[in-house]
Amino acid sequence: MSTAGAVAALLRKDLRLELRTRESVPAMLLFSVSTFVIFRFGLDRETLAGDLAAGVLWVTLLFAAVLGINRLFVAEREEGGFDAFLLAPVDRTAMLWAKALLLFAFLTAVELAAVPVYSVLLLGPSPFQALPGLAGLLVLANAGIAVVGTLVAALAIQTRARDLIVPLLALPLLLPIVIAGAQATAPLFAPAGAEPLPGRWLTVLGLYDVIFGLVAFAVFDFLLED
Amino acid sequence: MYGRGLRFLSIASFVALTVAFALVFFYAPNDADQGFVYKIFFLHVPLALVALGGFVAGGIYGIKHLRSGRREDDMKSYVAIHLSIILGLATLATGMIWAKASWGHWWVWDEPTLVAFLIVFLLYSCYQPLRFAIEDPERQARYAAVFAVIAGAFVPICFMSVRFAQASVTHPRVLDSSGSLPGSMQLTLLVSLGAMVLLFMTLWKYELTSKHAKAQLRTLKRRLALGA
Repeated sequence: MSTAGAVAALLRKDLRLELRTRESVPAMLLFSVSTFVIFRFGLDRETLAGDLAAGVLWVTLLFAAVLGINRLFVAEREEGGFDAFLLAPVDRTAMLWAKALLLFAFLTAVELAAVPVYSVLLLGPSPFQALPGLAGLLVLANAGIAVVGTLVAALAIQTRARDLIVPLLALPLLLPIVIAGAQATAPLFAPAGAEPLPGRWLTVLGLYDVIFGLVAFAVFDFLLED
Repeated sequence: MYGRGLRFLSIASFVALTVAFALVFFYAPNDADQGFVYKIFFLHVPLALVALGGFVAGGIYGIKHLRSGRREDDMKSYVAIHLSIILGLATLATGMIWAKASWGHWWVWDEPTLVAFLIVFLLYSCYQPLRFAIEDPERQARYAAVFAVIAGAFVPICFMSVRFAQASVTHPRVLDSSGSLPGSMQLTLLVSLGAMVLLFMTLWKYELTSKHAKAQLRTLKRRLALGA
């Protein structure tokens, strides 16, 4: 079986699992909406704009992503999926790409619902002008979160304290994404209407994706060896 | 086998540190603006550079361990990172003292080097919780090595993105502008850096020797128990 075929099979399996159990995406979305409400009272503002709006959105998405990362390999661990996968004559990085694509799909699904909710509940300026720039940023950021999240999840799943290790590792590792995302989104949410997107942040996000993509490709095999 | 050269290294780092501190206190001139207090810089900069160097060494030994699977490489990586975390804490402490003295605040957020160092330090602080949450020794070594590699790749990205986020840079950049330092300060800095590197290597070797001796002792005890 080719690697692409293995990735597709794994991805199909995981998507079907999610469609039947509805475990991760609804939880991440509910968590995001609750966090928006918490920020409304924590900051005591009814509308947000500029860098504050960008910060609240990115922090919320980051924490929601940590929830998804925590659950990423639980089914494999509990149902013996790792052993079955290791017995199959396929490249082990297939698991990395399948799980990264799955996490990417989860994040995109959550954002498709969470960003409209955010613009209704909290965002002051109109979101429509900001939309193309924000969509580009989110795609690049999701790719980075997906790769790093898969690595962190694979590192943590074999430890005794998975729930503790995932946020401890993921938050500092994902900080560059929050820095770039929040800095680049702030002008898009400017109170007087969207200002142009600073292009260098797209470069930072792209560089982050490429570097961690390569690192993940190089080290992922060692996390499955047994 | 590990203990060889330890006495020489210890004496050399003791002498080098003494010379470095003598230079710091009696040879390097006081700064025109900051007076005496700037001299903490001769401690702060070597600490920071050696800590970052130790993280890099940890990553390199991590790669070596992944390629060879030898236990010594994992031990070397572990000890390098664990010592660098201690030096990193000292770097943050000296940096804060210096910031209080020269900028008037214990912590300054619009200071990319400080902030990036803090983030890197926070990430490496997860090394030990991760490592000791894994029971199987082989898996522990392999996962720790993978972490060391990931974190090593993270360091330059972190410094870059934090620096990008700041419009102005106030942190003195010693490596770029060493030409602008007076000769006597430059010499003192180089000697302090050399002394710190020696100190790091001595501590590293001490801990490796102790770990090696402990492992040997355990094997001998086990053999004795089997024999009896």
